[in-house]
Amino acid sequence: MLAGIILGPRHGALAVLLFLFVVLLGVPLLSGGRGGLGVLFGPSVGFLLGWVPAAFMSGLVMARLRTLPAFPAALVAAITGGIVVEYAFGILGLMAMARMNLQQALVASAVFVPGDLLKALATAFVAEASHRSYPAAIVSRS
Amino acid sequence: MMTDGLAPQTWLHRVPAGVKLVGLALLSVLLLPVGDWRILAGVLAMIAMVYAGFGRVGIARLKLLRPLLPLLVVVGGVQAASAGWNAGAVVTMRLLAMLLLADLVSMTTTMSALMEVLAPVFRLLRPFGVNPRKMALAVALVLRFVPVLMARWRAREEAWKARTHRRIPPRLVAAFVADILQLADRVAEALDARGFDRSAADHHSSPL
Repeated sequence: MLAGIILGPRHGALAVLLFLFVVLLGVPLLSGGRGGLGVLFGPSVGFLLGWVPAAFMSGLVMARLRTLPAFPAALVAAITGGIVVEYAFGILGLMAMARMNLQQALVASAVFVPGDLLKALATAFVAEASHRSYPAAIVSRS
Repeated sequence: MMTDGLAPQTWLHRVPAGVKLVGLALLSVLLLPVGDWRILAGVLAMIAMVYAGFGRVGIARLKLLRPLLPLLVVVGGVQAASAGWNAGAVVTMRLLAMLLLADLVSMTTTMSALMEVLAPVFRLLRPFGVNPRKMALAVALVLRFVPVLMARWRAREEAWKARTHRRIPPRLVAAFVADILQLADRVAEALDARGFDRSAADHHSSPL
């Protein structure tokens, strides 16, 4: 969420892509110290690869909402990118890797939505506050 | 350093990285259509024997799978409820087998060996604007900056904890983000000054 909002769509997605690439090379940077090729075969691979389009979408929305104040703009960007797009890819991943149908995958991932809404709020706050203390922080607004 | 490899050399370390990657891809294709839990149980037992052959370090590696357990249980449970026990067991065991196999490759292959295997791929991507030298620089920058950023965050965390017992608030994260973005901009300027152009300079990676 934060990568797209701060760096903009193209650079945000590229930064996330680079991060994922390093993770796949085996550096244990994911939560719980995971990393390596194994993450590609887990049921949550869609949520992982979804980071790239999610960062792109967050950046796109953030750039479009330039007339809005930073906080609401970042909140909308974090929700469309970090939740709508991210879950779309995550659910596709669950359907492919765990052989679930659409309904099952929706139910299985719905548990995480409230937590991710809180994360979107925190992201918007962090984006707004870091923009205030370092105006060049948000690329689309500097 | 932050390598993920297994310290003692094993027979799998001596297999070339390319062979291991191709083998992993082949096995993933072969395992996909298997619908009998007994075959998968056999495969899992074989993988477990390889892990056990690595001794205590190999078994310790299995602990890294713990964060995935809840999701595996949910996936298996949903399948078992809708399509019967066999389907649930098959899906869970196949996922587990692939995770363990891929992890075997990761822990017996060094990062530089993987990068070497990927070099021809980067060369193929060159017409699409991928510069292999820049890729190598970017990866090196990520590796160098992960400990730097972690140290900077820990310093802020300690300063906060020395003053209060309250939870770390988001504004501490915001100050940290502003700080590391300034750091990233300075690094970008330094790279510019050394002849790498701007597009190589946006690599403050953040896992959010």
